[in-house]
Amino acid sequence: VLEQFLQEGRISALMWEVCQQQAQAGSPEVQEALLNKIVCLPDHVSNKLQGKNPPVFFPQNYFPLLGGAIIQVLQKISDSLRGGLDCSISFVSHVLGKVCVHGRQKEILSVLVPRLTDLTKSDCIWQRICWRLVECVPDRWMEAVVLGFVQRAPGADTLSRLLGNLVVKNKKAQFVVTQKVLLLQYCHTTAVLQNLLGYLSLDSLRHALLIKVLQELLETWGSSSAVKHSPPEQQQYISKAILICLSHLKEPEIESCREELLTSMMEGVKCHLDSNLPQIRRLGMIVAESISSKINTDGPVLKFQVKVIMKFVSGVQGLEEIKALHQMIQGIIASSNTLSGNKGRQQHFQKERISIYKKQFDDDLIPYDMSEDKELKTKAPVYIRDCIEVLTGSEDVDKWEATVKALETLVRKNPAATREVSMELAKILLHLEEKTCIEGFVELRQRAQVAVLTTDPIPVAKYLTSQFYSLNYSLRQRVDILDVLVLAAQELSYPKSRGKTKHSGAQKPCIQLLPGSDSSKDWRRIVDERIKSKTRRFATGQSQVELASGPNEFNSVAGHFFFPLIQHFDRPLTTFDLLGEDYFVLGRLVHTLAILMYLAVNTVAVTAMGKALLEFVWALRFHTDSYVRQGLLSCISSVLLSVPAERLLEDMTEELLEAQSWLGDVVEKDPDGDCRRLALQNLLLMENLKKKL
Amino acid sequence: MALPPPDPQFVLRGASAAVHTLHFSCGSQEPDVPILFSGSENGFVHVWNLKTHRVDTALDGHGRKSVYCVETMGGKDRLLSQGRDQRICLWDLAEGRTSVVDSVFTENVGFCRCSLLKVAQGRWLMAMAARALEEVQVLELPSKTSVCTLKPEVGAKLGMPMCLKLWQLNCGSQPLLLAGYEDGSVVLWNLSMGKALSQLVCHQEPVMSLDFDSEKAKGISGSSEKVLSIWSLNEQQNLQVYKTHKLVNAGISDITIRPDKKILATAGWDHRIRIFGWKKMKPLAVLDYHTATVHCVSFSDHKNPSERLLAAGSKDHRISIWSIYTQT
Repeated sequence: VLEQFLQEGRISALMWEVCQQQAQAGSPEVQEALLNKIVCLPDHVSNKLQGKNPPVFFPQNYFPLLGGAIIQVLQKISDSLRGGLDCSISFVSHVLGKVCVHGRQKEILSVLVPRLTDLTKSDCIWQRICWRLVECVPDRWMEAVVLGFVQRAPGADTLSRLLGNLVVKNKKAQFVVTQKVLLLQYCHTTAVLQNLLGYLSLDSLRHALLIKVLQELLETWGSSSAVKHSPPEQQQYISKAILICLSHLKEPEIESCREELLTSMMEGVKCHLDSNLPQIRRLGMIVAESISSKINTDGPVLKFQVKVIMKFVSGVQGLEEIKALHQMIQGIIASSNTLSGNKGRQQHFQKERISIYKKQFDDDLIPYDMSEDKELKTKAPVYIRDCIEVLTGSEDVDKWEATVKALETLVRKNPAATREVSMELAKILLHLEEKTCIEGFVELRQRAQVAVLTTDPIPVAKYLTSQFYSLNYSLRQRVDILDVLVLAAQELSYPKSRGKTKHSGAQKPCIQLLPGSDSSKDWRRIVDERIKSKTRRFATGQSQVELASGPNEFNSVAGHFFFPLIQHFDRPLTTFDLLGEDYFVLGRLVHTLAILMYLAVNTVAVTAMGKALLEFVWALRFHTDSYVRQGLLSCISSVLLSVPAERLLEDMTEELLEAQSWLGDVVEKDPDGDCRRLALQNLLLMENLKKKL
Repeated sequence: MALPPPDPQFVLRGASAAVHTLHFSCGSQEPDVPILFSGSENGFVHVWNLKTHRVDTALDGHGRKSVYCVETMGGKDRLLSQGRDQRICLWDLAEGRTSVVDSVFTENVGFCRCSLLKVAQGRWLMAMAARALEEVQVLELPSKTSVCTLKPEVGAKLGMPMCLKLWQLNCGSQPLLLAGYEDGSVVLWNLSMGKALSQLVCHQEPVMSLDFDSEKAKGISGSSEKVLSIWSLNEQQNLQVYKTHKLVNAGISDITIRPDKKILATAGWDHRIRIFGWKKMKPLAVLDYHTATVHCVSFSDHKNPSERLLAAGSKDHRISIWSIYTQT
């Protein structure tokens, strides 16, 4: 009976009924039971009949029949759809899914796929039906169905027609297609891979998936653990997949992921070449060559000795596989217009160029490659110690010049390193003579010295002041020392101008420029201005720029700068006699002391300095040189200005009184006009001081 | 893709001092060997045998003061050398002799190389920097009579003459002198009248070297800056700037145009020799061999074009010999 049932195509009618019923929401249990029965009929029957199973119930016969029935149902559905009636296809999908998951893909799809291929060729309703068919397959059976289709479909475009954008719409399908088939399994044939990847590339929605797939494949290909631990067959599978993907990539995509491709290729080729197995190495080389030819269509391309490899590999494994691989490579090479093609064209152009030259321009000399011709640059050293080396030893004048120019910046940038070698640097700079003619050598040297001194004040000041009173220095060097001390003191006491340009112009009142000549904004501006002009402001608020402030760094070192200088002035040396013929230096010294005194305002040592300075002045007050006397008078001014009034009046009353009498003398009797003026100023300052009492 | 530049054909070592000047003498037939004369800073003029690449003779005539110019006067037997001992020596090198036949005391302490021009058989004109600062004196050799003294006008402030080139359009015409000066200008002098015909400021820095192509009436000068200046002479004997060529690195010591006027070579302070096409100043090659400033370049006068050579002498004591663009 059942036989008859089947033979008369009643199954399809049954399914059709169910489909129609489903549109009106039939009962799920009945459907479930029906589904079970339909799909498992051969098993049930054979269980029952045990040996006397009629052939129609054998699975290999039954399922094709079922497939045919499905087609009939689908036909009916399509007709009804065209007729305008709505019906659901999910039952059929369930049937299909269950059949596939039971392992009967081959039989059922052997019928389904060719028929569907034909039917969907030009008919979009059939296409939609087909898509709906696969979309409605429940997730738990989706893998089986998709795999079945992928394996059975004769080509990528057919697959595209059959599955549509299932991959995009269904998560499970996506997982199966992009991950499982490619990365987790490696049993599929090259044709399957081609189908699958071709399918991914055919639609723009799916193309994004293709790129993602490629990236993941490359990641796997390039990971060293994968190369080490996965079987060679899987590696070959992945390599094939990569090659196919590459052949499907379009130009703009290659452009956008060129960098990634290159990085992965480099990593991957390294892992592969590291392997001990020759076939892994060769696989790596093949893939790397293809990738490189894809991404560098005009530049140099990776070229391994692949030709030899092909023979070996084909000898080892199945010929067809390798032929396909080989063809694929050739395809990629041919399609991406690579070196061989270009080379030929280039040579041709070269010849043409030569002939053109010969005919037209009569300038037949072909230039050589001049890409190496670059500007000569002597690099200044980057480390302070290198600078020291160059300045002390090197014969290379270019380097010496570059070092001298770069020294100040380096010292300021590396204070820690400078502090290690500050004494050495100070010594070198003090003795540095001009080797070649550099513009502004003196300034460069001075600035470098100041930089060293401000970076490490105490030891360097100690050194410099001791050297000031040492033998065998030229006057220029001694005066240098004084200048450097003054400049450094200035810098230390004004922290905001530490090597940078003053007033970076922060918080200036901003004038906003209104954009364009938009009339709507214009009226607003006019109104604003009018309001502004009419309003009276009572307080303009803070319009001054707040100056940056920082601790006075001169405070801790003022004494170190000052006292050593003042100590030995009366001790003559064989080459240096301050009180004798070197009064020029004495004058400079006195002025330096005045400046240092002035800069020492608000420091802790100022009182002691003041006292010492007044004594110094007293000792020298009758000096014959007017420059020295002016210096002495400025010293007194600095003392009066810097030392706080209380301290002056308490600790230095005697000195002040003596000074006052001397000043009076100077005002009356000194031959030099400037001295008199300065003395007068000092007297005035003293008067002011007295008034404070 | 362009070929990488060629390597030197061979390198002459043995000068043991910076080489300041070079001159080929390869025009004679077999069995005479091709010769290269070089003047070095240690005062020697070396006579190099280009077949064996060795020094045949070393001439010591300048008291160990640097020799900065060597020229031949009609063949390799008559040599002229100029040194920092303020002398120009004339040598007789025939039949293995190495004697100074005559000398001219220039009283000039500068570096200006003299320039020779053959005006008739056995008669030469030689232009050299004279005793006074801005003057150029032209002598006739071998008689050593002064032909003229070229003085720039008062207040011209040209500075020292740095480089000289005597030339004449063809054998019978008037010889003219091109002189490059310290202020960067090139002056064209008429020798018979002793007057300047034209002056052109080509550079901001002193003109280090110049060369002139009398057929095309075009010349080129190089200085210590980054620019080569190409200038031309029009029918009114006026110099005009034709074009300038910017260099990668500053400083040119010497420029020379090959006798066939197809290419020219410049010796650079950046240790490189540059070859340009003379017609359009197209850069052709950069020859990078020396490790110090290249002081001089010179092309050979081989009769057979394929044997032609280029020599470059440098401060690194070496002379590199190149065979480049010999097919044209």
